Amino acid sequence: MSNQPKGATIEEKQYLIRFKANTESHLHVLDTDICMTKCPDKLCTIFCPAEVYKWEEIRMHVGYEGCHECGSCRIGCPYQNIKWEYPKGGHGIIFRLG
Amino acid sequence: MAEKFDVIVVGAGPAGTACAYTLAKAGVDVLLIERGEYPGSKNVMGGVLYRKMMDDIIPGFYKEAPVERPIVEQRFMMLDAESAVTFSYKGMEWAQEPYNNFTVLRAKFDQWFADQAVKQGALLINETVVTECIVENGKVIGVRTDRPDGDVYADVVVLADGVNSLLAKSLGFHKEFRPDEVALAVMEVLKLDKKIIEDRFNLEGDQGCTIEIFGDSTKGILGTAWLYTNKDSLNIGVGAMLSGLIKAKIKPYELLEYVKQHPMIRPYIQGTEQQEYLAHLIPEGGYNSMPRIVGDGVVVVGDAAQMVNAIHREGSNMAMTSGVMAAEAIVRAKEAGDFSRTMLDSYRVNLMNSFVGEDLKKYKDATHHFEKYPHYFEKYIPLMNKAASQMFTVDGTPKREKQKKIWKDIGGAGDKFKIARDLLAAWKVMK
Repeated sequence: MSNQPKGATIEEKQYLIRFKANTESHLHVLDTDICMTKCPDKLCTIFCPAEVYKWEEIRMHVGYEGCHECGSCRIGCPYQNIKWEYPKGGHGIIFRLG
Repeated sequence: MAEKFDVIVVGAGPAGTACAYTLAKAGVDVLLIERGEYPGSKNVMGGVLYRKMMDDIIPGFYKEAPVERPIVEQRFMMLDAESAVTFSYKGMEWAQEPYNNFTVLRAKFDQWFADQAVKQGALLINETVVTECIVENGKVIGVRTDRPDGDVYADVVVLADGVNSLLAKSLGFHKEFRPDEVALAVMEVLKLDKKIIEDRFNLEGDQGCTIEIFGDSTKGILGTAWLYTNKDSLNIGVGAMLSGLIKAKIKPYELLEYVKQHPMIRPYIQGTEQQEYLAHLIPEGGYNSMPRIVGDGVVVVGDAAQMVNAIHREGSNMAMTSGVMAAEAIVRAKEAGDFSRTMLDSYRVNLMNSFVGEDLKKYKDATHHFEKYPHYFEKYIPLMNKAASQMFTVDGTPKREKQKKIWKDIGGAGDKFKIARDLLAAWKVMK
């Protein structure tokens, strides 16, 4: 990805944002077996706009600290396998502009 | 704390704050609860706020509020891989009062608006999540928050909790939304010198320009990209139906990057500096996806009730109108001392008779139609570009021959019939 212009990667984009991470996750994959056996594409790892979900061989890593709280994963998971709540009041993403 | 208010409003976005402002102004005791650090900290918008509905609430608000630029030109780009057909309307009537619309940055605007509600007497509490409605005998009597001893009671609870609408869902007012009822939008705010913006977008002084970008910007998925001018920054974003993104297996930020690097877009954003990256859902199910919006002791307003006109990029204005109408119904209910569903139903009746209900009804099949038949974006926009290229390229070919070639490119008789049918169908869902 070395020929990408500056700021093109999701890591660089996420770095622009202010977060106040809670100590515990507000996102929970209910049953990893479903991701493993029924969801070959691991769709949430593709459509999540913050790349919160990363598949690590046998488990789903959930980087809730970078979540935009958009709700796409809850609605988009084809197996309704994600328990989705708001982070504790005052925590999570803090937009400064848009 | 077991406190009781006349009304609790959940969510300090445009709908909730418009409601709280109107109630407080009428002397109603109102608590406005916001889960973010400050109002706007969880909110995202492409950036266009229509003046009229906000002006009805606070006349001349734009003299005080943090608005960016009044929009004087609206461009529409039909994008192909390396070309674009562009339409535009620019009018000087939009450069003066009363103005048509403004770009705004929501984190700034929502804070300002909520401050005005507070000045009218609303009590704003930030950093508080409403986890559920407290229901007794089928009537909503308050809310449970994530604060210690966080139950608060009220005669009416206004659900302005945004597109995810978890509270209305928990009351059974709607089922979980489907991926074809929401669009996922990602956006960046790009810093750019004020003077360069004005030169680059052909603007004088504080005037602004918006560009809506269709076609190749979403790789054929139903959606649009946009490029809006703020005072000293640009908003560039792309939104597409979540169902379409899932089907095409496209990463939203890679789609945004594709738009940013497109040869038709790239020159506009050259030399900018990224300030923020934002993602949010847009409720695009329209009329057919609207939940029940009135119950005993409860009403639903704004995005939480799917009030977005995707065709005309309207949403925050509808949210405000719904907030005001809900407030008016609550004031009448308070006078009557009756907070039942029957009493509060005047909110629904008035809303559905207003431009909000009328427009949602008018376009009720539009999103679904364009989602179901993607060739409007996949085929016709490239065809339009090809035709323009043919006609405007001077290469010694007589124009009549060029027309023949374009006519041939469209395809056989079957294809032509199909286009005619598609255009008629598009007209039917838009008329």
